[in-house]
Amino acid sequence: MADYPAAIQELIDAFGRLPGIGPKSAQRITFHLLKADASESARLVRALSEATARVSFCSVCFNLAEGEQCMVCSDPQRDPHVLCVVEEPRDVVAVERTREFRGRYHVLGGAIDHLQGVGPEQLRVRELLARVQGEGITEVILCTNPNIEGEATALYLSRVLDVPGVTVSRIASGLPVGGDLEYADELTLGRALEGRRTVVR
Amino acid sequence: MGIYRDVGVVLRTYKLGESDRIIVLCTQGRGKVRAVAKGVRKTKSRFGGRLEPGSHVLVQMYEGRELDIVSQAELVETLPELRTGLDRLGRCAAILEAVDQVSQEGEANAVLYDMTVGALRAVAHWDTPLVTSAFFFKLLAVEGVGVSVGACVECAAETDLVALDLASGGVRCRSHREGVAVSPEALLILQLVLGGRLAQALALPIGAATFEVDHLAHLALERHIERRLRSIHILDGS
Repeated sequence: MADYPAAIQELIDAFGRLPGIGPKSAQRITFHLLKADASESARLVRALSEATARVSFCSVCFNLAEGEQCMVCSDPQRDPHVLCVVEEPRDVVAVERTREFRGRYHVLGGAIDHLQGVGPEQLRVRELLARVQGEGITEVILCTNPNIEGEATALYLSRVLDVPGVTVSRIASGLPVGGDLEYADELTLGRALEGRRTVVR
Repeated sequence: MGIYRDVGVVLRTYKLGESDRIIVLCTQGRGKVRAVAKGVRKTKSRFGGRLEPGSHVLVQMYEGRELDIVSQAELVETLPELRTGLDRLGRCAAILEAVDQVSQEGEANAVLYDMTVGALRAVAHWDTPLVTSAFFFKLLAVEGVGVSVGACVECAAETDLVALDLASGGVRCRSHREGVAVSPEALLILQLVLGGRLAQALALPIGAATFEVDHLAHLALERHIERRLRSIHILDGS
């Protein structure tokens, strides 16, 4: 027996299918929208339909874009010779927030995961190789997550990106700013020591 | 809810919510344990780096209704060599996947735990696919479905052994051959591995026989667990 009218139940089910939203949260969101002003629901519907209609993957780097190309690829100020390889579009945002990188990106769409059976064929590795060979790239920065999947991806890419004239680098691993040394795990601390730098006097 | 401490090897992890992970461990005292590690995907997590697949850890957990909760984790030993090459990472993943398949929740299996730790140390020390193959064959023996490689399973002949028949659990001579063909070199490696002379087998140069044994080990394990091992096939087409 259905507890709610069909339209409400359908809305609850739709919210419940979203990541991180359980049945109770789905109910709460549904009733919030039903109780709120009709314009709020209309705004949500409009934002959702506009986002799904206008946002797609950039044809060059596979970042999220509102047109054919994303904002980074269409920016002539960006260095076209340096490529930062990331797993997901949200990693582009994370790197952009640093304001330290002025090159372009390539979004793989995931990482090699032995235990889930995700291999290079399921990632945009072929497209990366085509870009490196055809766009005059001189440096590729492997900016994958510092976990086992990210490491596997970086190791694989460093193997296949053996192209003359192209430097392949990996982002450094180390201690987070603001953290306490005593709580650092051995692997991270070991890498931080390994990648130590001379202090500028 | 009780608090307990145990040593174990992280077999795999799953993302949970915004920053948590579900950790699957092969522990010494409780068999396979699933637990939630909260906030470990954040860069400032105190023990996120210790709960990666392949980590050998001492964990403190408290029992939950469905999943236990990790409250502390310390590394028992670090094996940074495991991350130094794609092949090593693949071998490590294959071992973890195999253990995940055979281990049971709530059933202590100290032998399996010891074997897993030993296999990871061997992967870190020896750069050969034979480590994984040897582990798989020994794992099958512990599971009670080991292969017999000393004599023909049909007539007990000790010479002219030319095939491995996984259905009957051992090698066969030329007169009774069935199953997969085995070269004399691969047979020698199998006999060394299963005869307690692993170090001798690992010291052999990597060649065609090593990869033949590797293939046989995959076949044998996949037959036992009745599914393909994901980790060993992901680079097949690359």
